[in-house]
Amino acid sequence: MVVGAIGLIFSFVTAPSSIQEVKDIIASQEAHHGGGHGESHAENTHQVTADAHDNKAGGNEHGMTADAHNAEEGHDDAHAEHMLHQLQNKPWAAVYVAAFFFFMIALGALAFYAVQYAAQAGWSPVLFRVMEAVTAYLLPGSLIVFALLLLSGLHINHLFVWMDPEVVAEDELLQGKSSYLNVPFFLIRAALYIIGWNVFRYLLRRNSLRHDEVDHNRFFRQSFKLSAGFLVFFIVTESMMSWDWIMSLDPHWFSTLFGWYVFASLFVSAITVIALITIFLKARGYLDFVNDSHIHDLAKFMFGISIFWTYLWFSQFMLIWYSNIPEEVTYFITRIEDYKLPFFGMLALNFIFPVLVLMNSDYKRVNWFVVMSGIIILIGHYLDIYNMVMPATVGESWFIGIAEIAALLFFGGLFIFIVFNALTKAPLLAKRNPYIKESKHFHY
Amino acid sequence: MSSKVIHAIYTDDDLLMQAVKQTKEAHYRIEEIYTPFPVHGLDKAMGLAPTRIAITSFLYGLVGLSVAISMMNFIMIEDWPQNIGGKPSFSFLENLPAFVPIMFELTVFFAAHLMVITFYLRSKIWPFKKAENPDPRTTDDHFLMEVDVANHKIEDLSQFLSNTGAVEIKLINK
Repeated sequence: MVVGAIGLIFSFVTAPSSIQEVKDIIASQEAHHGGGHGESHAENTHQVTADAHDNKAGGNEHGMTADAHNAEEGHDDAHAEHMLHQLQNKPWAAVYVAAFFFFMIALGALAFYAVQYAAQAGWSPVLFRVMEAVTAYLLPGSLIVFALLLLSGLHINHLFVWMDPEVVAEDELLQGKSSYLNVPFFLIRAALYIIGWNVFRYLLRRNSLRHDEVDHNRFFRQSFKLSAGFLVFFIVTESMMSWDWIMSLDPHWFSTLFGWYVFASLFVSAITVIALITIFLKARGYLDFVNDSHIHDLAKFMFGISIFWTYLWFSQFMLIWYSNIPEEVTYFITRIEDYKLPFFGMLALNFIFPVLVLMNSDYKRVNWFVVMSGIIILIGHYLDIYNMVMPATVGESWFIGIAEIAALLFFGGLFIFIVFNALTKAPLLAKRNPYIKESKHFHY
Repeated sequence: MSSKVIHAIYTDDDLLMQAVKQTKEAHYRIEEIYTPFPVHGLDKAMGLAPTRIAITSFLYGLVGLSVAISMMNFIMIEDWPQNIGGKPSFSFLENLPAFVPIMFELTVFFAAHLMVITFYLRSKIWPFKKAENPDPRTTDDHFLMEVDVANHKIEDLSQFLSNTGAVEIKLINK
């Protein structure tokens, strides 16, 4: 309780700054939305005709994409319209990337939390309240993403090409996929995932809080079963979510390990955020029971999952690069041709940096090393999502401008506000967890 | 003068850890400990210097990586240029993705094998070497702590060790 009270005072200190920040950003963002649209309309008049052809011709010249756009041939008009939408898409896509990025952190934290329960891990219970707080963003985060998808479905924005009936009418591949990729079913699926995740999150959090007040372990056992159930539900829905929400942005392209790839990204981002918040709270003196070994273990996860992410990234890249099949390889052609810097930059940030910095066992215990590599990993995975979404929605007219940064700050501020608010709602130690003693004495 | 040691045998690793800490506190000298499996934290409790094998492993990995790169550059690009994946660019960098798995495998291969060989050399063991194990039960379910008698009284020391939970105490003339 005392810790909770201290936390509450603490949140009053941080809250004004973040709300202020949030308000500023909303203002700047709204200003930009207007500006962005005006700007893109001005550009459209000359870009529509030139770029629409350039884009296709450019694809053909590179030899590897010979008939990638076979389905799109013969509807230049639709394509030109699509280009116009690409430029209008930019602020939307920027919002979508940032919204999805923070949402996936909350989802990843919930998965990590459930893994701890399902494995009955002895080292982590001291961190449970931090993890729970991070998952608090799941509800608002997922609702925001759902709202964005709903707006796409209502044709307010055009992030998803396949939602446009005119495009589908002239595209045989999309017609073939239309029994899966159609707006009502898409939204129903999204609603199912979101409801499922949030119900599991609500029950796990409630059990964890109730468990502190009782003198039996029934809630703990219930959480164990819930977590196991959640993980099964999660891995199926997460995979489908990544096909729906990201892979369908490029509706012709598919990769069979895309779900895993997104999973690696969200898992490592979530663990990094848990580590950063833990280090921050410990530095402020709220988490006396967390010792170096806990940080060390989180850093090991950051290191390990970063390498896992690279492994999946490379597995996906190498097979597609090697086989060189036109309809698959276009995905990487656009990214390497138009997105060279973010594409290879994120590889350096997400792989080379964590490997070199976190390789040494002793460095994983040095807080500022973990914080530094954590920030790099988060930037890297933001760029990863950026690279997944932007080429399909904005094409080659990308740059990281006000919209991207403002969206990132806005959702970052919201995320921090909700997470730290949630931290104040409960004691920072799940004191009756059966493993809490083991966890406090955890020593590697 | 022949040195005398006491062999104290324990049947539980937690008990052994406890005994090691007590023995260190009482300033007796532990010569060696034989266990059937690695006991976590035993090296720290005994006060052994931290291992340097991680550093050697990193260096061996770098050796493996350079061997892989130079080998494939020579074989696939210079000596007999190959058309890789239908992309006859004959440049190492442009064919890099195809080489990455081999680079990875050779890094692991070199690190693992050279690390094992280093470990053998440092521990002075080789194939067909006769075991130095004082009691074959330590390969099954017993833990043996060898304590130097030095100039301590044998009775005191054995009394102390049996208090720490040793099930068997033997005096050995080396």
